[in-house]
Amino acid sequence: MPLIKNGQLVIDPWRAIGDEDSLPEDVHAIISLERWQEDKEGLKVRTAGLGLQLRSDQSPQQVEADLPSFSLIALEFPKFTDGRAYSYARLLRERYGFSGELRAVGNVLRDQLLFMQRCGFDAFELPEGAPVEAWLKALDDFSVWYQPATDNRAPVSSLRRRLRVAAE
Amino acid sequence: MYRYDEFDEALVRERVAQFSEQVQRRLNGELSEDEFKPLRLMNGLYLQLHAYMFRIAVPYGTLSSNQLHKLAHVARTYDKGYGHVTTRQNMQFNWPRLEDAPAILSELADAHLHAIQTSGNCIRNTTADQYAGVAADEIADPRHYCEIIRQWSTLHPEFSFLPRKFKIAVTGAEEDRAALRTHDIGLRMRRNEEGNPGFEVMVGGGLGRTPVVGVTIRDFLPEEHLLSYLEAILRVYNQLGRRDNIHKARIKILVQSVGREEFARMVEEEWAHLRDGYLTLPQEELDAIARYFAPPPYETLEDTPPELELWQSTSPGFGAWMNENVAAHKQPGYAIVNVSLKPEGGVPGDITAKQMEVVADLAERYSFSEVRATHEQNLVLPYVRKLDLMAVWQELQQAGLATANIGLISDMICCPGLDYCNLANARSIPVAQEISERFADLSRQRDIGPLKIKMSGCINACGHHHVGHIGILGVDKKGQEYYQITLGGSAENETTLGNIIGPAFSADEVGDAMETIVETYLTIREEGESFLETYRRVGQQPFKETLYAAH
Repeated sequence: MPLIKNGQLVIDPWRAIGDEDSLPEDVHAIISLERWQEDKEGLKVRTAGLGLQLRSDQSPQQVEADLPSFSLIALEFPKFTDGRAYSYARLLRERYGFSGELRAVGNVLRDQLLFMQRCGFDAFELPEGAPVEAWLKALDDFSVWYQPATDNRAPVSSLRRRLRVAAE
Repeated sequence: MYRYDEFDEALVRERVAQFSEQVQRRLNGELSEDEFKPLRLMNGLYLQLHAYMFRIAVPYGTLSSNQLHKLAHVARTYDKGYGHVTTRQNMQFNWPRLEDAPAILSELADAHLHAIQTSGNCIRNTTADQYAGVAADEIADPRHYCEIIRQWSTLHPEFSFLPRKFKIAVTGAEEDRAALRTHDIGLRMRRNEEGNPGFEVMVGGGLGRTPVVGVTIRDFLPEEHLLSYLEAILRVYNQLGRRDNIHKARIKILVQSVGREEFARMVEEEWAHLRDGYLTLPQEELDAIARYFAPPPYETLEDTPPELELWQSTSPGFGAWMNENVAAHKQPGYAIVNVSLKPEGGVPGDITAKQMEVVADLAERYSFSEVRATHEQNLVLPYVRKLDLMAVWQELQQAGLATANIGLISDMICCPGLDYCNLANARSIPVAQEISERFADLSRQRDIGPLKIKMSGCINACGHHHVGHIGILGVDKKGQEYYQITLGGSAENETTLGNIIGPAFSADEVGDAMETIVETYLTIREEGESFLETYRRVGQQPFKETLYAAH
């Protein structure tokens, strides 16, 4: 599947590993919360990168203490209408200080990328065959935002403040 | 009134560009109807029974003359020459073509209008007391907070895919004209002991198939914390609201299932992380927005001009209109004029392009170019000099907009029903028209006194039937339209849900049933008692007896 990271099409170095499959030693592996909980100690000594995929009914609050073990968290959108992961992403970035890759997977739509990015996602799995150029363009649909979020874009209120200060 | 600056303008233009491109993708087949649906809904474009329907946002019900002129132009150019004022204070057009949607949005953007978040599972257009800023019973003006909420909620990245739609209402007055406890969040402005402004926060109200009266989770929230507290509520709801069943997805179900105390605790816990963070409103910001809502340049006027008394005594028509449609104003010498969109036999809330223009012109000349839309589907001219009331009345009368029935039995709330809506089970418009004709006699209406009939064509309760003093709900029984009647509901200060009185009535029985209910009330009421007061005193029994006596 095409992967956009930091606003560019990239080769995906990660592999999602099913719970029943064996875990290759030399691969950056994305595993489930269940697998992590079952085999925490074994997984902690791995040298290759470890990523965690959470379903939309699995809050990252459950793994807050374990976050340093992961260099990637994938949050799943089972349906585009299930918006829980937007809140999870902000919590991961703003409250738990997670600084690794935050990846949106599942039913990810082009018209949602910007919202996801603003909540702290920096990587998106696109559907097979998606017109990547158009998706990248969707990241520029808006240039102004009213509310502060995780992406540190200056909201309109602070732009206005700057104008007021400049006028004084 | 709020004036767009370059940032507001840029955002609306970018939204028009984005949606125009989405429509293009739909028209050239790149998007299927299924894929297009969520995109168009997020922009207020529905596919109804016979055509598309476009719902235009009217933030907290406030419109400029210029904007109303623009809506008239859209009605005439792209629709069948009329629009419909909704219970969320928005304006709906019932017959636009998909191909025209980009052009309509672009024209609307010229007047700083748009359709952002008038639908979808996001924070909908914030509603407010239609008398905000001018009501005689106002503790504080809520409009600048409404504007702050509008900005915060517009394209909010975290809360655009909530479990369900989310509605916020605000008032600053003693009397609740915004139906606060029927909203996901209701905010009532208060002042604390030091005189500082803040809010009582109510959550979990809502109608639909499970009607619930909202509960207070915080008695006083200081104004600077408005957004951080709202963000805390929404974040709790976004994570814990049910997503497995659309009928259990509203915040009211969450609040009910965990209980008020526990819900309040969860919000406070989340808020503890957010308060004093970057959502805290600096005084400078509050002041800057408040400046947009500074009082207009009022003249210093005598509060009771002698002319007024003369007109009232010499023209009974004017006198009746003064009594029913004109409300008390904060400023001496001024009045609030309600423009009734409920003429005899009319469709509640409908307004023709020509009438929009009349109201826009009147506002320009007599009301500092401002108009309000009400959740009861009428319009308001908020700043009319008492000395201009006669002129305003005459022009409204010529345009068929001076029916003196605000708050009376023919001032019904009514959803579009089966004539337009593909969710409906029954027609509501013809029933409303019949009731309006039966009770057309205004002196009889005045004798009956304040009485709110609210009617919905299906269980989704867009017509707020649960909180009608008399509620009418259209139901389908084996392919026949039937109407279930509830009594004793109210969306005012003491919000209550109505009780079903008994078996439903067929379409041709509803009018008679209304007559029976009203006659029963007139027989048993005590001196000075309104319908609701009588009902609350005597309960269902007397109404049940007379309604079903012949059955």
